[in-house]
Amino acid sequence: MEEKITTRRKVLIGMTSAVGAVGASFAVIPFVASWNPSAKAKAVGGPVKVDVSKMQVGQKIQVSWRKQPVFVIRHSKEALENLPEVESKLDDPSSLKIDEPYRDLNPTRSLSTEYTVIAGVCTHLGCAPKYYPEMESQPWDESWVGGFFCPCHGSMFDIVGRVFKGVPAPTNLKVPPHYFDGSILTIGEERGSA
Amino acid sequence: MTQQSSGFFNWINSRLPIVNTFERHLSKHPVPKKVNFWYMFGALASVVLIIQIVSGIWLMFGYENTEEGAFASIEYIMRDIEYGWVIRYMHTTGASMFFAVVYLHMFRGLLYGSYHKPRELVWVFGMTIYLVMMAEGFLGYVLPYGQMSYWGAQVIISLFGAIPYIGESLEIWVRGDYYISGATISRFFALHVVALPLILIALVFMHLVALHEVGAGNPEGVDIEKHLDEDGVPLDSVPFFPYKVLNALVAIGIFGIVFSIIMFFFPEGGGYMLELANFEEANPLSTPEHIAPVWYYSPYYAMLRAVPDKLGGLVVMGAAIAILFVVPWLDRSKAASIRYKGILSKIAMTIFIISWLMLAWLGTVPVTALRTTLSIIGTVIYFAFFLLMPIYTSIEKTKPVPERL
Repeated sequence: MEEKITTRRKVLIGMTSAVGAVGASFAVIPFVASWNPSAKAKAVGGPVKVDVSKMQVGQKIQVSWRKQPVFVIRHSKEALENLPEVESKLDDPSSLKIDEPYRDLNPTRSLSTEYTVIAGVCTHLGCAPKYYPEMESQPWDESWVGGFFCPCHGSMFDIVGRVFKGVPAPTNLKVPPHYFDGSILTIGEERGSA
Repeated sequence: MTQQSSGFFNWINSRLPIVNTFERHLSKHPVPKKVNFWYMFGALASVVLIIQIVSGIWLMFGYENTEEGAFASIEYIMRDIEYGWVIRYMHTTGASMFFAVVYLHMFRGLLYGSYHKPRELVWVFGMTIYLVMMAEGFLGYVLPYGQMSYWGAQVIISLFGAIPYIGESLEIWVRGDYYISGATISRFFALHVVALPLILIALVFMHLVALHEVGAGNPEGVDIEKHLDEDGVPLDSVPFFPYKVLNALVAIGIFGIVFSIIMFFFPEGGGYMLELANFEEANPLSTPEHIAPVWYYSPYYAMLRAVPDKLGGLVVMGAAIAILFVVPWLDRSKAASIRYKGILSKIAMTIFIISWLMLAWLGTVPVTALRTTLSIIGTVIYFAFFLLMPIYTSIEKTKPVPERL
């Protein structure tokens, strides 16, 4: 009799705790979800347009999309022809580690044969890498062949944003969704998705 | 009249244990009769905690937690509010001094083995306080929304991105936006002024309750509980009041002078306490040439940079803090104090101090190949000091610890 009561108590305690735990986990939902981007934050951050026809060959411009820098670079023919030469230095020359949107279309990694469009956010810890296009010795690399260098933690990328071996950044710089209408570049959406 | 007031006092005291608590934890609390200046930093840390709470409340009167208003409101506090600059520099100097006294307090613990049995929990609560303080300091540094606030936060929040699978969505969840925006500032503000201070105060309370249960240590590592008088009070102890209180007052006086000199004459601390880039408003499109943390995070930042792998860097940095928690179980020495430990412990301690200071310097300067190598060496020494501790503390020959203090 005594044992029966004890067992019953244990079952009751277990059941009450289980129901309480389920209730508590549901109660956590609003507190966690309220930290997600608000409807307002999601609405801001639509696509941006930029005219790239006035860019010089070799020039890099910076466009702000979702308040983050996006780099647009107009490459010279020689620069693009030299790209395969740096591949031995790269960690992931074909961008297999990331979700590359326009893989194998152009050496620029973009939808254009001349312009590269990449997110200017280092895949290591989010700094904006700096553009050093000249092929000359740099403090961080004596045989620098031109590309991006992140001042924060020394990650290096080539001129189309592919990451070097042995640097802290794990992956290539991301290519944001974009399309060209003549010389008008739209960043932040695919053609016809709006 | 006296009769009446003591009657009123008795009425209260029989309902609220004022006299008991006061005597037990303050006036009659026994403390070791011989300690040195290293034992003052705990008291100083509680003084800084009060300074931070008071100056922090006063800063809230002028601060605006929005993306558009945050930076301007700091300038408003500095220029338009009467004595606002004193309040703000008190808070920023207080942050640096908080870490300074806590680092010295922790070092005292390592030096004299303050974590030895039965004070393991005192140490663990202390380390938790340190961990919360680091979060508190980081959140506070973001609030002015200057360039270094923004980019420092960008780097730290990107660390979450190193966690496999959930990293990227976790980053967005922490920011509440695609960049460090007003949404991020207002939640950091709430955490900085309400949530973490509450946790901090609770932890300080636990730290002190645990300390008073087992009693304070001493530089000799002598267990004063072994020799008690007929009332059960350790023979080698003195009551907290007046002995410890008057001692502490001298320390607080000296500390106040140092604090004031920094606050009035060097509030920026040469760019190590308030970075010059932070006098410029946040610009999400332009990273400053050189991102460095304030001095109190720099050793761990140097470790993060030493590892050429994102997840690896995060793991090493986390492990560097985590390993401090288990020091009570790594030290196998029979002697608590460095005074009676063997030569191996003394060598290890010396190398550790040098490498920690080197890492602190490396974390504040730009990366070069040589400095990265030095950071790796420093990181290895840091971990070796702790991981080899069970070995060198158990094989070395210790001197006999005296019976009495």
